[in-house]
Amino acid sequence: MSVSGSPVTGGPSAIPHLDVDPFAMNFFADPYPTHEVLREAGPVVYLDKWNVYGVARYAEVHAVLNDPATFCSSRGVGLSDFKKEKPWRPPSLILEADPPAHTRTRAVLSKVLSPTVMKQVRDRFTAAAEERVDLLLEKRSFDAIADLAEAYPLSIFPDALGLKPEGREHLIPYASVVFNAFGPPNQLRQEAIERSAPHQAYVAEQCQRQNLAPGGFGACIHARVDEGEITATEAPLLVRSLLSAGLDTTVDGIGAAVYCLARFPDQWQRLRGDLSLARNAFEEAVRFESPVQTFFRTTTRDVELSGATIGEGEKVLMFLAAANRDPRRWDKPDSYDITRRTSGHVGFGSGIHMCVGQLVARLEGEVMLTALAKRVARIEITGEPKRRFNNTLRGLDSLPVTITPA
Amino acid sequence: MPAITFIHPDGKSDRVETSDGESAMQAATRHGLDGILAECGGNAMCATCHVYVDASWLARLPAMADDEDALLDGAAAERQPASRLSCQIVITPDLDGLVLKMPERQV
Ligand code: HEM
Ligand code: FES
Repeated sequence: MSVSGSPVTGGPSAIPHLDVDPFAMNFFADPYPTHEVLREAGPVVYLDKWNVYGVARYAEVHAVLNDPATFCSSRGVGLSDFKKEKPWRPPSLILEADPPAHTRTRAVLSKVLSPTVMKQVRDRFTAAAEERVDLLLEKRSFDAIADLAEAYPLSIFPDALGLKPEGREHLIPYASVVFNAFGPPNQLRQEAIERSAPHQAYVAEQCQRQNLAPGGFGACIHARVDEGEITATEAPLLVRSLLSAGLDTTVDGIGAAVYCLARFPDQWQRLRGDLSLARNAFEEAVRFESPVQTFFRTTTRDVELSGATIGEGEKVLMFLAAANRDPRRWDKPDSYDITRRTSGHVGFGSGIHMCVGQLVARLEGEVMLTALAKRVARIEITGEPKRRFNNTLRGLDSLPVTITPA
Repeated sequence: MPAITFIHPDGKSDRVETSDGESAMQAATRHGLDGILAECGGNAMCATCHVYVDASWLARLPAMADDEDALLDGAAAERQPASRLSCQIVITPDLDGLVLKMPERQV
């Protein structure tokens, strides 16, 4: 990958043009050197490959996230501009919406996934994590992605939503399509969409009221229809948001945490010495690995950002992962430190669209890491980890490990 | 710049200077106070920046919004009439001297 950092001369806003494809396989294999190039080139860069602006420093990523009137989501949070192109699926009523429409749907999901609700599901999530660790201790050697990072959320999240047992095998493939579709029209995106029909059909069906068990998150969303907060046609699409964003993200989040703790045994020992660090160990893994790497916004007007002028209707790519390791914001950004003050990282975004499921993710991460640290003395990586390639998500496909009981 | 005081659960206190337009949560985290977690970074989504406002100050704070009210029900430590989310308290000059007590736990 060649990088030309030559600024366009003459204009008042000398925005560096970079020849970088942040959706290419060789980029995904090791994004960090390019993240640094992007950050150091300037506060705002231009990526010729996809004709988009990019921000990779913490301050600008945070600024864009927190100015939704200028940097909107309703024209899509992927490369595709919904004003110019037909979206591949009906747009999300929350992720791909702006205020005031967003405010209303957001309030519904915030209530359904509130701290109060987390208190109610906590014991169930904890028991399932302990059961999973019991099983893994019997195996000793296993794939920490399939048998842990995937198996655990799959054992609780679909039930918490109230999904039927049949057809759940569509969930991870569906999410993988959704997150690939935010990317440019590369092979990953095209193939994902081509194969998406059966997954889309399953999801559309599951989002209907009659298919969601009483008491689950899905039923709670539909119950808001009766309160007049949303319409009966909106409810299924809001359930779809949880199906799209609630599983694969946590698989990559938990996978990231286990991968970090296996790679950095001193941090694992620290966690074993103080289980109250489990929640922050997960949070720090979300900062360090940033399971959601990027999102786009579209400008609603001409805007000046840190001295750079961006016209109306331009796509701006936010490198959340690069911001989470920006040395301007973080001390020793490239070290995984479970006692770090992680508050302010943008792994869950920031501002009005900041992850509405963050409490679910943290709860899953916390109880799983606690269950592991209680019972496991050591986690050893026993084979080459394999990466899973996705236009938006960063995670592993497999991570062979052996654990030693405490 | 206004200064505010945080009282830890063990009774020790820390007086911190605030900077312009900062929230009480931001002042606490910038000074490294352990009692405020602020997992959501001040976006009124996590209730881990819970504080009890000193009785003499309570009435002087701007009223809370509905989302803050709802979130406080889910706070880890007991909700009391003086409970607020410190990320929602923006420090203005008239809040110079504000006293906030931190709860036993935030998660
Ligand atoms: C480690 C796990 C997770 C990560 C890293 C993550 C990351 C993110 C990020 C970065 C955003 C911001 C999008 C934007 O600004 O455009 C977001 C939004 C969202 N997330 Fe998550 N997420 C995770 C888990 C979850 C879970 C468990 C759920 C559901 C239960 C969920 C549901 C959502 C929804 C519905 C939105 C849209 C919110 C809005 O636009 O207002 N996420 N997430
Ligand atoms: S910091 Fe999360 S609610 Fe205040």
